[in-house]
Amino acid sequence: MYVHERDVSFMDNEQPIVDFSAIHDALGKNFEPVQVIDGQAKVVKPEIVAKYTNDQLVEFLKLMIWERTLHQRSNALTRQGRLGFYAPTEGQEASEMGSNSAMKSTDVLMPAYRDIPQLIQHGLPVYKAFLWSRGHVLGNEYPEDLHAMPPQIIIGAQYVQAAGVALGIKKNKTADKVAYTYTGDGGTSQGDFYEGMNFAGAFQAPAVFIVQNNGYAISVPRRKQTNARTLAQKAVAAGIPSIQVDGMDFLAVHEVTKAARDYAIAGNGPVMIETLTYRFGPHTNAGDDPKRYRTKDEEQPWFDNDPLIRYRKYLTEQGAWSQAQEDEYVEQVKADIKAAVKQADDAPKQKITEFLSNVFEEQPQNIQQQITAYQAKESK
Amino acid sequence: MSKKTYIQAITDALRLELGSDDRTLLFGEDVGKNGGVFRATDGLQAEFGEDRVFDTPLAESGIGGLSIGLALEGFRPIPEIQFLGFIFETLDSIAGQMSRERFRMGGTRHMPITIRSPYGGGTHTPEMHADSLEGYLAQIPGLRVVTPSNPYDAKGLLIASIRNNDPVFFLENLKLYRSMKADIPDEAYTVPLDKAAVVREGTDISLIAYSAQVNQSLKVAEKLAKEGISAEVIDLRTLSPLDEETILKSVEKTGRAVAIQEAQRQAGIAANVASLIAEKGALYLSAPVGRVYAPDTVYPFGLAEDDWLPAEDEIEAKTREILTY
Ligand SMILES: Cc1ncc(C[n+]2csc(CCOP(=O)(O)OP(=O)(O)O)c2C)c(N)n1
Ligand SMILES: [Mg+2]
Repeated sequence: MYVHERDVSFMDNEQPIVDFSAIHDALGKNFEPVQVIDGQAKVVKPEIVAKYTNDQLVEFLKLMIWERTLHQRSNALTRQGRLGFYAPTEGQEASEMGSNSAMKSTDVLMPAYRDIPQLIQHGLPVYKAFLWSRGHVLGNEYPEDLHAMPPQIIIGAQYVQAAGVALGIKKNKTADKVAYTYTGDGGTSQGDFYEGMNFAGAFQAPAVFIVQNNGYAISVPRRKQTNARTLAQKAVAAGIPSIQVDGMDFLAVHEVTKAARDYAIAGNGPVMIETLTYRFGPHTNAGDDPKRYRTKDEEQPWFDNDPLIRYRKYLTEQGAWSQAQEDEYVEQVKADIKAAVKQADDAPKQKITEFLSNVFEEQPQNIQQQITAYQAKESK
Repeated sequence: MSKKTYIQAITDALRLELGSDDRTLLFGEDVGKNGGVFRATDGLQAEFGEDRVFDTPLAESGIGGLSIGLALEGFRPIPEIQFLGFIFETLDSIAGQMSRERFRMGGTRHMPITIRSPYGGGTHTPEMHADSLEGYLAQIPGLRVVTPSNPYDAKGLLIASIRNNDPVFFLENLKLYRSMKADIPDEAYTVPLDKAAVVREGTDISLIAYSAQVNQSLKVAEKLAKEGISAEVIDLRTLSPLDEETILKSVEKTGRAVAIQEAQRQAGIAANVASLIAEKGALYLSAPVGRVYAPDTVYPFGLAEDDWLPAEDEIEAKTREILTY
């Protein structure tokens, strides 16, 4: 057998044909986060702000205050044992509400577990969100005009499914409709993430892929997820446009998402958006302790960069918003949440027989037998 | 000897093996600085360094594939899959790749990989976290499937798994993590990977269980003992391969058997046990083999978990039914 002895010694000292370090340095260079109003409430892009009346901007601020209040109540309810699974959203209000508010209620939302506020704004009644948290099937029984799937637990799975929804929209020739989906910085490491973008790109399907880069996947910092300088650049290889946006800036997120949606419905194919944000609290309320993996020094600048602060400040300076208005609004939101808790409490106990009836459309023998057995137990 | 919880016994085993064999590598999501979401790997990165104990990017298929590559380079990977419900993401690396390498390369390569993952109901996790998926795993040729029911076995089986040259799927019961304490030896020891344990001797009926169901079965046996019924309880410990000898010997003695699992009825471990008895021990029996299991639905929503999981009273009722058949 002839085995070619590879002699590579001649390559020593030779000038390489390509400078890979330079190529690596250039990667990610053209991603500059879009910003409209900065952390000091200074308008960076007046032409964008000018598109909105102060009343419209107040509605945007109220969306963020709503989400913050929902978060605070959910946190408290979790501690009292009145909610089950809860992934805190504090800090991500501009990222979540800014993007979601650029979508239409006829668009299809494929959320993950931290996207409950978007789901609610998309039409999920708050009490159902609470029932989902507690672990009750009623929380996942969606009316037909709620164009969304329940929160995805398997990181990344929603991305490929969103490509499927988008292709379906295209094949149905439905005008003015997109699929939009969220994942986190950690989610961008999953194969599903790449497959979703690549499929949607290959099929030129109307999807908007949103990555909320909140700095951490539980304890693992963003820099350990990938050697890529930005997450946005991951879309480049799929041949689809992408952008980084200041995820603490509502208007920036909103405008970018709106532009992405317009691009997609015009038949150009999908877009990917990376929002730069921060998870103020723990990963979930099930025992995660951020003190184990991040420092106060790192957290503080992000807390100062709270998305509510800059819009509250800007609108207060404009004379369009006041503490009294905010207090009144917060009370109203709290009352709504209280009513939703009550409604969730009134949900009937789940039955195993009902679970069994929802495994298949036509009941096979084993299911029939088990329904009979559990009917006997449940009627006791 | 020291008193250790089930999860401390696991940490103990990992520490000892990382310390005694520098080819071992521990990695997964959040296992480093954070010490795992349950703290099973707490302190191990600080003790052994980031070279040996490290976080991976968030991708289970990546974790599986990485393990195979590292094994080829001579390492002994101990990957963690954060919850058993996430193995679907990496089933190809487990069922399609690592479990076949020895075979497809005619025995010239081996895959000394121990995949650890928590599972089991009763702690109200979100969906896809607590499912009992051991039935799927036990069907994979070339993969050992191990699951301890107590701190002593947790440590001994884990050390044996890590030292074994074939891939082992090591299932840790979520509910047992902190609910069980026992005196266990401080030094390293092993528990064989193909031996069930007779955890309570008896003569009237054999209760064959594993993981959390062993403890439930023991309670039932204790209760029945007060009525003069002598139930033998077997802890399978290794689900693949099954210790046929111990099961058959017990059934030969008692003539009656109940196989117990937390998983749904269809195609699970209890079905394997029942078919083994039908195949090789039918003539020992004075009654059909009973089975206790969960209903054939998807793992339930958290609030209904307690109604869905097989409970002690179901084991008791089935045991009485088979006893009086
Ligand atoms: C397939 C899969 N692997 C692991 C997990 C466990 N897990 C839940 S959230 C999470 C981190 C996700 O981080 P990121 O994508 O950044 O989203 P974030 O939680 O920060 O919003 C992990 C590892 C899971 N739910 N699914
Ligand atoms: Mg994150």
